[in-house]
Amino acid sequence: MASRRITRMTRFNITALVLGLAFLYLPIVILVIYSFNASRLVTVWGGWSLRWYYEFFNDRAMLDAAWMSLRVGAVSATIATLLGTLAAVALTRGERFKGRMLFSGMLYAPLVMPEVISGLSLLLLFVGLDAGRGFWTVTIAHTTLTMCFVTVVVQSRLGAIDRSLEEAAMDLGCNPLRAFLSVTLPLIIPSIAAGWMLAFTLSLDDVVIASFTTGPGSATLPIRIYSEVRLGVKPEINAICTMVIALIAVVITVASFASKLSSTQGENAVPL
Amino acid sequence: MSARQIFARPARYAAIAPYLWMVLFFLVPFGFVLKIALSQTAIAQPPYTPVFDLWEGREATKAALEQLSLDNFKLLISDNLYILSYLRSLVVALLSTAMLLMIGYPVAYGMARLPQRWQAIAMMLVIVPFWTSFLIRIYAWINILQHDGLLNTVLLKLHLISAPLVWLSTDTAMYIGIVYSYLPFMILPLFATLAKQDPALLEAAADLGASPRQAFWRVTFPLSLPGVGAGALLCFIPIVGEFVIPDLLAGSDAMMIGQTLWLEFFTNKDWPVASAVAVVLLVLLVAPLLLYERLQHRQLEAR
Amino acid sequence: MTEEQPNSETEPGKPEAPAVEPAKDAELAKDTPVQEAPAKVEPVAIAPVPRPEAERDMPLLRIEGVAKKFGNFRAVDHVTLDIRAGEFFALLGPSGCGKTTLLRMLAGFETPDEGRILLNGKDIAPVMPHERPVNMMFQNYALFPHLSVRDNIAFGLKRAGMARTDIKTRVAEMVALVKLEGMEKRKPDQLSGGQRQRVALARSLARRPQVLLLDEPLAALDKKLRESTQAELMELQRRLGMTFIVVTHDQEEAMTMADRIGVMDAGRLEQMASPRDLYETPASRWIAEFVGDINLFEGQVGTSEGGRLAIETRDGGTIYVAEPRNPLTKSVVSVAVRPEKVKLSRRVLAADGTSAKAFNWLEGVITDVSYLGGITTYKVKLDSGAVVRSSMANTTRLLDTYAASQRVVAWFTPDDCLVLEQ
Repeated sequence: MASRRITRMTRFNITALVLGLAFLYLPIVILVIYSFNASRLVTVWGGWSLRWYYEFFNDRAMLDAAWMSLRVGAVSATIATLLGTLAAVALTRGERFKGRMLFSGMLYAPLVMPEVISGLSLLLLFVGLDAGRGFWTVTIAHTTLTMCFVTVVVQSRLGAIDRSLEEAAMDLGCNPLRAFLSVTLPLIIPSIAAGWMLAFTLSLDDVVIASFTTGPGSATLPIRIYSEVRLGVKPEINAICTMVIALIAVVITVASFASKLSSTQGENAVPL
Repeated sequence: MSARQIFARPARYAAIAPYLWMVLFFLVPFGFVLKIALSQTAIAQPPYTPVFDLWEGREATKAALEQLSLDNFKLLISDNLYILSYLRSLVVALLSTAMLLMIGYPVAYGMARLPQRWQAIAMMLVIVPFWTSFLIRIYAWINILQHDGLLNTVLLKLHLISAPLVWLSTDTAMYIGIVYSYLPFMILPLFATLAKQDPALLEAAADLGASPRQAFWRVTFPLSLPGVGAGALLCFIPIVGEFVIPDLLAGSDAMMIGQTLWLEFFTNKDWPVASAVAVVLLVLLVAPLLLYERLQHRQLEAR
Repeated sequence: MTEEQPNSETEPGKPEAPAVEPAKDAELAKDTPVQEAPAKVEPVAIAPVPRPEAERDMPLLRIEGVAKKFGNFRAVDHVTLDIRAGEFFALLGPSGCGKTTLLRMLAGFETPDEGRILLNGKDIAPVMPHERPVNMMFQNYALFPHLSVRDNIAFGLKRAGMARTDIKTRVAEMVALVKLEGMEKRKPDQLSGGQRQRVALARSLARRPQVLLLDEPLAALDKKLRESTQAELMELQRRLGMTFIVVTHDQEEAMTMADRIGVMDAGRLEQMASPRDLYETPASRWIAEFVGDINLFEGQVGTSEGGRLAIETRDGGTIYVAEPRNPLTKSVVSVAVRPEKVKLSRRVLAADGTSAKAFNWLEGVITDVSYLGGITTYKVKLDSGAVVRSSMANTTRLLDTYAASQRVVAWFTPDDCLVLEQ
């Protein structure tokens, strides 16, 4: 530590940090622990058990919903990553074009747009177009919602890349497209991967937009969890939530490992 | 033509696909919302009139256009239910943002004071809960706050209370849920601006006779205001339209506007009124959105 | 390292080398037989493309009235200059003078608004960067962080569609050339600054460009490394007989390395000369001040007598200068004297009538002494209030030098003076 006195960690700083992090993690830890509780009652600890996990794997409706969510997540994250990356490239590398302001406005608005509005407006569109609601309408809605997150992640990486790398590639005989594919793309792959993961988890998380845009018989996992939760705490939900958390933890670990592996400059290794 | 342009000419074509997507699935839907907000409720499928059908010719379209009215908006003004919902949303968002700021700032400040190596880890730790499902995190709190939940159990064991308190379905629970869910959104922009600050500034302030407290209020805090603004808007706007948290954690006596919209849409099947609620909410939010856009612009320039 | 890879097939012929730069080759020929070595490694293709006899007088690169504006800012203002094949040319100027823009126009990253850039007589202004037989070494090296040293060097060769085995040979050749053997598999972030610089150099040389452009090639290196790298660059350029154009803001670097220097200021090419001419006969006051230190005395042109021209200066009295070769057109001029040409002594030497004009004497008091090791610089405040700078080599170890507040005479000969009209 270069400067001792002023930038030193004070007791207040440490306390704030520890309390803040505890606040963030404690509820999740408790939830995970209780998912292994043999007892149906939350207050009573009935010993370790995988009972509620068995229940989930025998719950046909829940399994269908989970499968639906995974498919929606994977497809929408893939489309969102593709479009979001294109948008990031156009915004950081493209020439100014007409409607650029509108473009970036539309891209970023879903970041803060209340979900009820997004969901309602998309539903009204689908009804207006007389589109049958189900897998594809939810997927389209989630793509629209998550694209901007991908754009933000990829854009920040693109902005950090030295433009002279692309010039050097052109100087060494690449046409612009080739320069992008052989130099820029390998450098942004980690953030593209991070963007995909983020889009996937956001899709896996969404209740409101999915509720608006889904059709009968194609409920996603969050919709099912939500309707169960409204009726009160059920240990089975704890088990499902724990599995979702585990899935996301795996995704994050893979993502950060991949980005550490391939990002030689070490910048923006954090997935956001 | 410059090097940038050599690259930029083709690069801007990358915008075409996402542009079309956003126009079709983001911009156009608002047109539908506006149109339906001006329509009448009907017991039909879809549950509103008039239904436009461009294939029916100009006359029919014209006739349909004349049926549009501002009735739904008049309803919003005349019925206390809606005004109270909007007000409650604003109050909840404002209070929550203030609480987020008070909790998030010390945490972000503590993070920024960590040694470089630990900063990345702390940042990871803040981001990870944001990745875990939002719904799950709310559910986790239900576990804790319910009547025979962990909080009451602990409080009883410590003999701080003699009988279980009601936590769930109260505003307290809702505020806890909101603060908990949005905390990373507040911490991250704050941390970003605080970590960027040169520690030498504080040393300079101390050298010039400022006490640590003065140095904080005269140097650190003013310099972190862009982060405060970004964090506040990043939290405030979505909280105004929040639905899931108040629905699961708050009582049913007062509703936030997101809940009202949901109720009109799913329970009352009154699509036109729900749309009108959405239009007004959108207009209410456009102002802070523009402010946010400008703030972000300034931050980008400062980078 | 040159002997490691004898290239006998090129040795007997080597017809184009003398044509490239006669002066240089004559210089080489004078040297010891060891100097044969460069001829050995010089593979035919590395040397500039052989050109027909008739074009020999034509410069390799001709920049003709090139201008470039960014908005209202004239980055490059009608620059015209010729660069011969095999030349080491430096573009020197303060930051923002347009030298980098000019270089980027040669590389194809900027297109001139006006003028032409002729390479071998062909206008390359409309040619895209990736289609030009010109390569650039970037200021920050722009090494691809995701590629190894080998892949960085091979990058341009792959794009050129070279056969795999040829690429292998060429990369090995380049690695040896910049002495990076054993580092081929490293990534750029595992290299030191000096090694990165070598990779960048090897990468830009691998395609054997007709012209190599170097944008501040040594700016990122520390002083010691910079000096040895300068020498290596010069050696390399001489050996390859390639045309180098280097952009730099460091006059010492330009003077050390370049055969010719073009000085730029505010988008214009102010002077183009050999390092010596640039220093000893700068074209203007600005250049005289930009390249090295100088004492300037403004004054009226007086009478001329016996090859000595008297200039009546305000600050230094009458200063005799050698009669300029070209007659002066202005009546108010500046007399310029480099500090190392100004000597100090304790008093005016006894002078007879003829020697009065053989020396210029300026009396004053030393106000500042800076001991720099090899030399000591003095500031002498004249009675007129003007300050004259003098620097003298410390040729002996123990001799007393002059001290502050000592009264001295600063003197220089008329031949040491230069008359500047602008």
